[in-house]
Amino acid sequence: MVRMRKPVGAAILSAIMFGLGQLSNRQWTKGIVFAAFGAIGIYGLIFELFDHLIGLITLGTNPTGFVKVGKLTKMVEGDHSIFMMINGLVAVIAALLFVFYYVLNIRDAYLVAKAREAGEDVRNFRQSLSSLGQKNFAYIILLPAFLTISFLTVLPLVFSILIAFTNYADPILPPARLVDWVGFDNFSKMLSLKQWSHTFGGVLQWTLIWAVIATTTTYIGGVLVAVLIHQPRVRFKKFWRTALIIPFAIPNMISLLVMRNMFNNQFGPINDYLRRIGLGGLPWLTDPFWAKTTVILVNMWIGIPITMILAFGVLTTIPKDLYEAADTDGASSYHRLRYITMPMVLFSTAPILIMQFAGNINNFNVIYLLTNGEPVNINYQFAGHTDLLVTWLYKLALNQSQFSFASVIGIFIFLIVGSISIWSYTRTRSYREEDMIQ
Amino acid sequence: MRTRSDNGKLLLTYAVLIVLTFLSLYPALWIILSSIKEGNSLYSDTLIPSKMTFDHYRDLFERTMYPRWFLNTLKVAVCSTILGTFMLLLSSYAISRFRFAGRKTTLKVFLVLQMFPGFMAMIAIFVMLNAIGLLDSHWALILVYSSGSIISNVFVAKGFFDTIPRSLEDAARIDGASHLNVFVSVIVPLSTPMLTYASLMIFNGAFVDFIFADLILRTEEQRTLAVGLYKMVSQRNSTEFTTFAAGAVLVAIPVTLLFLFLQRYLVEGLTAGASKG
Repeated sequence: MVRMRKPVGAAILSAIMFGLGQLSNRQWTKGIVFAAFGAIGIYGLIFELFDHLIGLITLGTNPTGFVKVGKLTKMVEGDHSIFMMINGLVAVIAALLFVFYYVLNIRDAYLVAKAREAGEDVRNFRQSLSSLGQKNFAYIILLPAFLTISFLTVLPLVFSILIAFTNYADPILPPARLVDWVGFDNFSKMLSLKQWSHTFGGVLQWTLIWAVIATTTTYIGGVLVAVLIHQPRVRFKKFWRTALIIPFAIPNMISLLVMRNMFNNQFGPINDYLRRIGLGGLPWLTDPFWAKTTVILVNMWIGIPITMILAFGVLTTIPKDLYEAADTDGASSYHRLRYITMPMVLFSTAPILIMQFAGNINNFNVIYLLTNGEPVNINYQFAGHTDLLVTWLYKLALNQSQFSFASVIGIFIFLIVGSISIWSYTRTRSYREEDMIQ
Repeated sequence: MRTRSDNGKLLLTYAVLIVLTFLSLYPALWIILSSIKEGNSLYSDTLIPSKMTFDHYRDLFERTMYPRWFLNTLKVAVCSTILGTFMLLLSSYAISRFRFAGRKTTLKVFLVLQMFPGFMAMIAIFVMLNAIGLLDSHWALILVYSSGSIISNVFVAKGFFDTIPRSLEDAARIDGASHLNVFVSVIVPLSTPMLTYASLMIFNGAFVDFIFADLILRTEEQRTLAVGLYKMVSQRNSTEFTTFAAGAVLVAIPVTLLFLFLQRYLVEGLTAGASKG
């Protein structure tokens, strides 16, 4: 009979029962600790988590309703699908952690047995604990971030994604009604049901137009301003720079609210000045075309300083002899800009351009604070002429309680932004050559 | 040799710069002047008010809960900054320096998390907080801001740590320092520029957020400045415009000054963030 190798044996023992492998390795305290936590985990899994896991699948079976008790009808509160869903998700995470612990327990037994076979000393419990800190330092310092992010970002996000596959939208709102899984229904409604697809198409189209115009205007504007200030003969460079950075320094929530008042059709100062010089005022925020123009203009005011700062950084790195060589060849200042400055700046800021494009697709503040998506488009489902996908998402969820449709839009935004970011991220040097320096 | 057209161009440059400076300063100028204008209407005959008054600032303190909101904001912003920077520092250091199993996955998860619109998760957080009774609490806000700030700044911070040469740490390690020692005595002192940038970003984010804070904070006493101000504009609209103007000026001043004073770090951080480390 072939004798089973010791490490495999220890692993199997640990797989059968928590801590058993450790005990066979003569690590008494460790074995008991592993066994104790394992027992708590199994108890929790059966008595606490199981119901929640089932709840996640059914999303509740007892609707709120009236039950006859003798002669009286009494209202009985049913299952709350949304709470059940969240509890279920927490249970899934807990179960996953438990599985992870189980694997860890087997792996530990295997490794220690292997070390023993090789004739190494077995550490006692205290030594194991203190070596844990050095060996797994990275995991330990990642732990706080890991916990907060999984519960406050990942879990809610998974919840929101799941919502897209349910019928959780007004009028089906718990606790009065039960929510059900509906698969890809909402997606197909969004794309083919007239009332939704029409709005979705229109809003998507404006979102993309907006992102393109907003990105190019701020980019070109920022680079031009930087080039203007960077000219060798311009004096007080620091003053101009600081003055032009101010729009970036003022919190944009404040400046946007201020702008909304400045562009007020009746009382705002801009129309006031226009009227004084004999031109009629413009419907800055109330006419679809002008509202779109206004948001783009205001976005330039906010966005140009950022590109300007970044372009400055590039301008200072362009070698001076390039310009001197151009001068000797008799190049005009236009040619210098066209053939030296622009290519250099464009080359080093291309990744920013892509990220800004992605950022503009999600540019909530400018639209929400300035126009709130208005003027209203009567052909749209809960959206206005200047609404972007994000602001529409916000309105659907918070004002209209159309949670499932809001989630569908969120997933679409993710797909758009995600493909842009991945495409650009894999192209940056730092990703490809990460371990080459040092 | 300067030609006439060169001088003309320079003059044109200055003219353009002056116009741009005026445009970029005008909204600030206008709101400051509006805040010391008499009456409460949006409309005014002249840019510089004929009669100046500080009544609106006094009203802000006497008739609204402005001082209270200010303290709330300060509490939320400072706590999120400390907690967020702390976790950001630790996690980005781990990702930059240690080659642990799951590292690439962690980076990818961060990248994916960045791509979801921020408030897609908002409703879920709302329901969750509601379930555990943490609604209307500042701590809920602080935790959420800190968690969000790790995700949005992790690449800048990691990129920064990547540029610190490893030989510095190795030297300390040869002298027998533990990981924790190395981190505290070598890495932290070297990260001031990045720390300044990150904490400024987190502080600013917490200071001006009005969407999430509005959703979480249900009572007037708990509100932050941004929420209070936003409500002031959206509810009473232009009828109390000058009071809003005074409030806006007071909110904007601390953040604007911070940004201007810490300009240098900001530029470094932005440049690093733009190229994704």
